[in-house]
Order: sequence, then structure tokens, then C-alpha cells
Amino acid sequence: MRNTGSKDVLAGLMFLAFGVLFWLLAQGYPMGSARRMGPAYFPNLLALVLILIGGVTTVRGLLSRSTPLGPFAGKALLLVTVAVALFGFAVEGAGLAVATILLVVVSSAAGSSLKLPAAMALALALAAFCVVVFRLALGLPFPIVGPWLGG
Amino acid sequence: MHEVFANLAIGGATALSAANLLYCFLGVLLGTLVGVLPGLGPVATIAMLLPATLSLPAESALIMLAGIYYGAQYGGSTTAILINLPGESSSVVTTLDGHRMAQQGRAGVALSTAAIGSFVAGTVATFVIAFLAPPLAQVALKFQAPEYFSLMVLGLIASIVLAQGSLLKALGMVVLGLLLGLVGTDVTSGTQRFTFGLPALSDGINFVVVAVGVFGIAEIVRNLEAPGGQVVSVAQVKGLLPGRDDVKRIIAPILRGTATGSLLGVLPGGGALLASFAAYALEKRVSRHGGEFGTGAIEGVAAPESANNAGAQTSFIPMLTLGIPSNPVMALMIGALIIQGIRPGPNVMVEQSGLFWGVIVSMWVGNLFLLVLNLPLIGLWVRLIAIPYQLLFPIILVFSAIGVLSLANAVMDVYLMAVFGVLGYAFAKLDCEPAPLLLGYILGPMMEEYLRRAMTLSRGDPMIFLQRPISLGMLVAAGLALIVLLVPVVRATRQRAFVEE
Repeated sequence: MRNTGSKDVLAGLMFLAFGVLFWLLAQGYPMGSARRMGPAYFPNLLALVLILIGGVTTVRGLLSRSTPLGPFAGKALLLVTVAVALFGFAVEGAGLAVATILLVVVSSAAGSSLKLPAAMALALALAAFCVVVFRLALGLPFPIVGPWLGG
Repeated sequence: MHEVFANLAIGGATALSAANLLYCFLGVLLGTLVGVLPGLGPVATIAMLLPATLSLPAESALIMLAGIYYGAQYGGSTTAILINLPGESSSVVTTLDGHRMAQQGRAGVALSTAAIGSFVAGTVATFVIAFLAPPLAQVALKFQAPEYFSLMVLGLIASIVLAQGSLLKALGMVVLGLLLGLVGTDVTSGTQRFTFGLPALSDGINFVVVAVGVFGIAEIVRNLEAPGGQVVSVAQVKGLLPGRDDVKRIIAPILRGTATGSLLGVLPGGGALLASFAAYALEKRVSRHGGEFGTGAIEGVAAPESANNAGAQTSFIPMLTLGIPSNPVMALMIGALIIQGIRPGPNVMVEQSGLFWGVIVSMWVGNLFLLVLNLPLIGLWVRLIAIPYQLLFPIILVFSAIGVLSLANAVMDVYLMAVFGVLGYAFAKLDCEPAPLLLGYILGPMMEEYLRRAMTLSRGDPMIFLQRPISLGMLVAAGLALIVLLVPVVRATRQRAFVEE
């Protein structure tokens, strides 16, 4: 269980950050008493435990040998996240078909071998499939072509 | 004895209705279909397909989800054998001898051995559940708030003790999960907690969003770390049926694997994963062909495959009787129950006997479907496995996004899925296991409620958890589990058990 130095430090800091965030937010709610717990009681307790765990993890990480984080797929992470967010952004205004095409074209750039024409073809096929199955057959209440595009 | 069959008859009436047979079949088919796709484990598969079941009646939804689970599990074994790529951790050991068999041109035999072993294990495990569940639920019916709280503590601790990786970080993930589970409106006071004033968060974050983000989206990004498209060579499949010698060699391993799996599946955290590892290790030791293990021994496929199916099934016991998830898949099942308006716990068996026994009988039906479905359809699975990942992951993303969108027709859920995808990738990079997070996430609100009730009962005295014998027993067990793990010898063994192979 050693040799995870830098990973442990970062994980510890992550727990610390979440712990502090939840603790700060919890201070805004009534604490109540042990007998009649308010909405802040349990989260406050958990946040303190998380801060403790985060602290110990960080210190242990600093004391042990560090190992590199390994490959970080920053580009893939960014493209996939942006693609999903774009889908959410476009699905109401531009419609299901356009949102699906955006999601496929943008996310496929995260891979390496799929060229744009192939990605476009995949996007069109998937958009057609989703419109037929999810909109027409299952009645998902989102427009095929949205108001932004005059639908 | 008599009662068991009467109960199974109740279940039969539910599970064998035309509609539920269809949902079970659909579940097994879809589960296998998605499960054989590389890079999609059972948790991601179930999370992705869960929205499709929400419009069904509760028992049909659960029957279909259970079917998806076995299907995905079997799909994972198929990829383990054919391309040496375990779809999930519980089929890791299957790659050892299963893929070696495939390289020797015996892929068909390995696959049918896995299917037959799974079926036998499924049949036995169904009866184990039918015998074991009612007495356990009887005990649990006497539980009050303090017992429930302590039970959840025990469940969470046990699940991290039996999981792999750093104990401390797993503990951190549990607590973080518990906290995230509290986002939304506090049931008792009506206070909006941790919502940042966003109305979309006032009902909390749907657990499907968390699961798809952390297990699905994050997994896609991890798979994209390796540059270029992986070229997979799929082993040729011919000669499906095991010969007479093979049959003789697999009977005992299947039975031993079933026993090991049934036993370990009940434990929190371990389930199918621990079962398959333990069964493989046991078989290697007791088998007359132990020396051939790792070179394509058929016992090395039969035992762990039987064990992981038996374990997958008996892990339903704590879920159905106590309402405690023993692994992330069961956490998803509990989440599905809650969405259906059913409060998980021992009352389910009494109040929803059709659902309870229906699900149990459907397990056996599902295993039968698996057997008849997989062997003839193997050609189709092989073709699915060969789909390049570059083509596959945008498709998975589209289905994930639309699935999450259809939960509540809320765009916010899609954004949250993206956020949890980023978080999930960070967890993976930092060696923080996401499974304990999901367990904590499901249990968070329930734990808070039981803690509140227990403390009201005791007028604010926390000693109540130690004064009630059952509650004390569970807390002591949880404490012992933690202490045992800190003993260096045990720690080293646990580490080795997961690292080996």
C-alpha cells in the first residue's frame, strides 16, 4: 500500500476540499441537537470525518515515495465533456437530431483514427436512429428540429 | 420446505407471465449485447439501460434489470475468453485459462462450459435464496432504527474491507458518497441542502446520473488514454459442445465453484469478484489437473464462471431482505426500487411478495435464457466484439446522454453527468475506487434518517447503539473488520490476492 505518493497527496487534497466545501455549506443550515437533529447535523459530522480522512491521506502521501500519475488523457476528457455539454445545450433549442450530431462529431475527435467524413456518417446514422426510436417510438418530449432552427 | 415451494409458486405466477418472460428475455439479450461490447462493465451497462425500465411496473422493471445483470456478466466472460479482455473484474480469472483455451481452438468449448456452469450455479443459487431469504427477513423485521444504522455502518465497512486498493481512500469515498447523497431537500425539515440555489438540484441528484458519469463516461475517457485504435484479434469459435471427457472434468469444479460463490456472494463488497478469485484458487489447489492451470485447463473456466454467477445471484439476498446493497450493481437495484416507490427492506418480502418471489424465480428463468440464447447467438457476439472502439464510444455517449435525459426530461441531468464524468476520471487517476462512493450515495439519506430516529428514541444518547445487543454486535463486527485489516499479515495477503494475476 505504499508508493502511491503523489496520487495519495492529490486524493487527500481532494477529500479535504470536498470536506471543507460541505462543512462551510452546512454551517448555513440549522444544527439542531443530538436529540432533534437539524439538517446540518449529519452533514457536519460527515464533513469533519472527510476532512480528517483527507488530512491523514495527504500526510501519508507526503511521507511515502511518490509515483507518477500515469498518462492523463486531457484532450479526450475535454472533448468528451464538451461534447456531452453541447448535447445538453442544444437538445431543447436546436433539437434532438442536431444535438446528437454535435455530440458524435465533437466526441469522435477524442479518438484518433476516425476521420471527419466517417464521423459525420456515423453522426447522421445515429441521429436518424435516435429520432425514430426515442422521439417517434418512445415519445421523448424533445423536438426533432428545435425553435432555433425554425422547427 | 413446503413453504419454499409455495413461495416459489407465487414467484412463478409473476415471473412466468407472458409480459415478464418477455422483459426477462429482453433484459438478458440487451445485457449480453451491451456486455460484450468492450469497455462496458455491468455497472455502466445497467446504469445506461436503467432509464428504459422506469416506465414498467416495479416487478417487470426489476426482473428486466436482473436479466440485464446476468447478461452483462456473461457478456464479460465472453470477451474474457475470446479477446483476453475481461469486461469486468469478476471475469479477470476467466481470461487465464479461458483465453488460452481459445488460442488452442477450443473457444467454443470454453464458452459453453461458462454457460453451463453459470446455469447450474444459477439454479442452485435460486434455491439458496429461496431458503435463506425468509428467515433473514424475519430477523430483520424486528430491527429498529439503531439496528438499521449499525447494519449500514457494517455494510459500508465490510464493502471497503473486501474491495481492493487503499482502505483509507475507500473510506474517504464512502463518506464523500454519503455527503453527495444528502444533496437536495432534507425530508425532515424541508431545508434545501447543498443545492447552490438551483431548483434542478432540490430533488437531489439522480443516482443514475452519478453512476453513468462515474462508471460510464469516465471509463470511456480512460479507454481513450491509449492512443490509436486497438486492433483486437477475435479467436475463432467452432466446436461448441464439450466432449465426454470435458463433461467429466467440469462437473466437480462447477459444483465447488457454485458452493464457493453462493457463500461469498452474500458478503458485502465481495460478491461476484471475490467469488471467482476464491473459486479459481480453490480449484487450482484441489483439482487433479491443478498443474495444467494457466495453460488452458477447462476446470479453470468452469469453477470461476460458476462461482461468479452464483455470487452475483446470492448478492441479491442482503439487497432483497435487508435493503442493503452489497455491491454497486445492487446499489443500482435499490435505486430502481426507490424510484418505483418501494422502500427497500424486509417489508418488501411481506408487502410485495409477488415482486420478491417473482424476481427470485426470474433469476432461474434468466439463466435458462442465457443458456439457450448464448450458444446459438455466439456468432453475433463475436461480430459485436470486433466493433472498433473509435466507432463505439460515440454511440455509447449518445445512448448515455439520451438515457439520462429521459430520466426526468431535464437538461440539467446531462450537465451533471458530464460533471460526474470528470470527477470519475479524477477518481480513477487518483486510485480512488468509485464503487464505495456509489454505495454511500444510495445509503446517505437512509442512514441520516435512521440516525435521527435512533437519537430521538434515546433522547440524544449515542450509547443506544451499544446498548442494544444486535446493534452492538454489528458495530463490533465492523470494528473487527477494520482492525483485522490493519494487521500487516492480513494486509499483505489481501494485497496479493488482488494483485496476483
